[in-house]
Amino acid sequence: MITPPALPEPVMAPTASEEPSFEAARNACKLCSPLGAALVFRGVRGGMPFLHGSQGCATYIRRYLISHYREPVDIASSNFSEETAVFGGAVILEKGLENVRRLYKPELIGVATTCLSETIGEDVPGLLKTYIGKHSREKDFPALVHASTPSYRGTHMDGFHAAVMALVSALAQGGPRGNRIAVFPGMVSAADLRRLRGIFSDFGLSPILTPDYGDSLDGPVWEEYRPIADGGTPVEDLRALGQTAASIQFGRILAGQAGPGDLLLERFQVPRYKLGLPIGLRETDWLYDTLAALSGRAIPADRQRERGRLLDALVDGHKYLQGRRAILYGEEDLVVGLASFLMETGVRPVLCASGSRSGRLAEALRAVTPPDQEPPEACEGADFAELEKAAAEWKPDLLLGNSKGYRMARRLGIPLIRVGFPVHDRFGAARLRHLGYDGALELYDRLVNAVMERAQDTNPTGYSYL
Amino acid sequence: MAAILPERKDQVQRKDGQAAPDLACGRASAAGSVSQRACVFCGSRVVLYPIADALHLVHGPIGCAVYTWDIRGSLSSGPELHRNSFCTDLQERDVIHGGEKKLYRCLTELIRHYRPAAAFVYATCIVGIIGDDVAAVCRRVAAEQGLAVIPVHSEGFKGTKKDGYRAACDALMQIIRPAADAARAAGEGGTLPFSINLLGEFNIAGETWIMREYFKRIGVEAIATLTGDGRVADIRRSHRAALNLVQCSGSMTYLAKQMEEEYGIPFKRISCFGIEDMAQALYDAADFFGDPAMDVRARDLVREELSELLPLLQEYRRRLEGRRAAIYVGGAFKAFSLVRALRMLGMKTVLVGSQTGNPDDYRQLRELCDEGTVIVDDTNPLELSGFLREQEVDLMIGGVKERPIAYKMGVGFCDHNHERKIPLAGFIGMLNFAREVDNSVNSPVWQFMPGHRNVSHSGGIV
Repeated sequence: MITPPALPEPVMAPTASEEPSFEAARNACKLCSPLGAALVFRGVRGGMPFLHGSQGCATYIRRYLISHYREPVDIASSNFSEETAVFGGAVILEKGLENVRRLYKPELIGVATTCLSETIGEDVPGLLKTYIGKHSREKDFPALVHASTPSYRGTHMDGFHAAVMALVSALAQGGPRGNRIAVFPGMVSAADLRRLRGIFSDFGLSPILTPDYGDSLDGPVWEEYRPIADGGTPVEDLRALGQTAASIQFGRILAGQAGPGDLLLERFQVPRYKLGLPIGLRETDWLYDTLAALSGRAIPADRQRERGRLLDALVDGHKYLQGRRAILYGEEDLVVGLASFLMETGVRPVLCASGSRSGRLAEALRAVTPPDQEPPEACEGADFAELEKAAAEWKPDLLLGNSKGYRMARRLGIPLIRVGFPVHDRFGAARLRHLGYDGALELYDRLVNAVMERAQDTNPTGYSYL
Repeated sequence: MAAILPERKDQVQRKDGQAAPDLACGRASAAGSVSQRACVFCGSRVVLYPIADALHLVHGPIGCAVYTWDIRGSLSSGPELHRNSFCTDLQERDVIHGGEKKLYRCLTELIRHYRPAAAFVYATCIVGIIGDDVAAVCRRVAAEQGLAVIPVHSEGFKGTKKDGYRAACDALMQIIRPAADAARAAGEGGTLPFSINLLGEFNIAGETWIMREYFKRIGVEAIATLTGDGRVADIRRSHRAALNLVQCSGSMTYLAKQMEEEYGIPFKRISCFGIEDMAQALYDAADFFGDPAMDVRARDLVREELSELLPLLQEYRRRLEGRRAAIYVGGAFKAFSLVRALRMLGMKTVLVGSQTGNPDDYRQLRELCDEGTVIVDDTNPLELSGFLREQEVDLMIGGVKERPIAYKMGVGFCDHNHERKIPLAGFIGMLNFAREVDNSVNSPVWQFMPGHRNVSHSGGIV
């Protein structure tokens, strides 16, 4: 270290502030639900997201996703007009589906309803049923799925889960029990999804990841333009979800609500495992133990070496991180997973915030906190104005979250480790790794380096040897 | 061949030496076509966003507010209230019981806390449907708090982005009109000498400052820029200008016409992209004021700037000569300038289109472009990708949504949209533009792309 490390200051919660609490959202720490649904539908092979609403919703969400993934993201819209808002969108929904089928030749169209179509009370399931009745005998007729995602209900995470539930509910079919595993990873990075496939296959297991945008939103260059990028969960795999040997869903927050694993259990008696997002040692151990039990195989030697490497790094780096304080924000399940890992490193997550309001954040954080520690403060329904105020009072050493916290980080002079969505101000967002021992190690390197860089940059001597 | 929906066939044209009917345009995007357009809200938001000392409150569920939070490169020399995203964040219960009370409380608390010079309240899709009387809430808060609180009727589905521009212009008139009336009543309404307003200039990457400086050098004072680096007080004085210069004509001609009608301020369309257009804008201003000394200053300025710029541009031209470009932008007027600017770099425009052009714009584009150029209105990713290949394009000019289409096809890209952080206006902007284009077109990466025409089977350059 450059300077003798100061003893960690005692951690005390900031005193209550003078500023009144605001009813308005000031720089919201959430996005709207159709975005999550669109992302899920792009994780289905040949899947085309279709927003039943105004043109702007599709365009804004496209731009947001494109800026993160740096890949084409086409989202169709039924493009409501004044007239259709009054008389209903049946005609434009049908027209839109026809046009999408003609141009994109999709294997699945995922229709998500926006606040507009929900508020005027569009009966989309009924309209889709009529459409299917009329056209389903046509060549290459796609699967049609509807997710109800009005943006006045929940956040992009709720839209994400609603779309996953819609896929399972509409497509999964029963039948003889196979040996594949249904996996519901939640909103993780494209690189994490690709890694998950490898982790399962190491145990000789064949996962059906729902969704899987590991390739469709982080793909190679093309010789010819593709209407829909390659990759994604095949529709036939989605149909086979009811015949899987077990289901695994990640996320301690998701665990507290009706999730896709529950649906498979209820309808098809598929055994259900609800795990935390596998970030860091304990949560990843939980996943590996589960996979070992499911496969009847020992944890592969390579993975054990990875675990050893992570442990080795935790030892090598512990003095850089011990006692450091961090504020985490973003999607709740991600925040809980990160908090779990940080507490293994010696970093103290003092505040964990999200724009969501599941009502379960505090409980989930308590569950990942070692018994001898105080759990981090949980803040649901947070916006960035509140977060910045809290950060100014807590004076953390690190911020972990998406790019939207950059201005706060800059004003307060606190390093920001970019995780979650969106990452619009760094390169390679789709390739950020968090899951598994090796994902945690990548994250750990970034954490330690952020602390070292800060120490180096603020040191008057400018050591090149730390 | 690019896949084109039957109902869009008359929105695509190739200039082929034959007389052709006007390009169909100005219609709603075909359902399911994946238009690159946004909505009415987007049109209002982009026009008003740069007013830096105003409160911009989006009334509706959260989406519209978050997707427009601090995404533009519009700079402010002072307050930065505009870089926040304020929203009533309507929830299900608000949708059922109505959002007026919440709007009232949000507006009141935000105005008390931030003390803005004015407030704009954007009504998004569902606000009218749930029956909120936004105008009434705005009137009440305006009276209670003593500032202008302007409703912006920008429900996404009520038209196209162009209707959003109109809603924004109407909102601006609600600031200008009372100020003009008050000034007139106080006998202070006279026209200021050698004064202009810059309309449809949004200070992306500081472009407003570049332009104001040029005008200052020739002896013209810009009273207000609408809306780049915008201040409410300047907008209130804008009725005293002698001339309105309209840069983004698609968004602000409507306001210019209203100001002409109500205050007798004539307007001229100008463009500040490219050498010829920038010079012409200065000459036009000098010509309007009819002051020979100003005319001399304008010519001196252009000569001075060009003497530095032209030798540098020559080098870029040598590197870019003969390369082929595609342009797809929001407003057609910018496309004219880009065709000319590319020509100055020795490049040929082989595909050009816009989201919101009118028949007259497309006629002019047709005249301006070379034979074989494809002209499109309200196109989409599949058409664009088809034309990029068909027209053997080396460079695409567009925004974030066009970028990955170009890159996947192994085509260079120049961002000419509101998100960019590099000034492309004025003489210095032309140099930046040339550099941007050269950096992309002449990158070594394209030789490795599978579809590249210079790739041999062994991957080397033929």
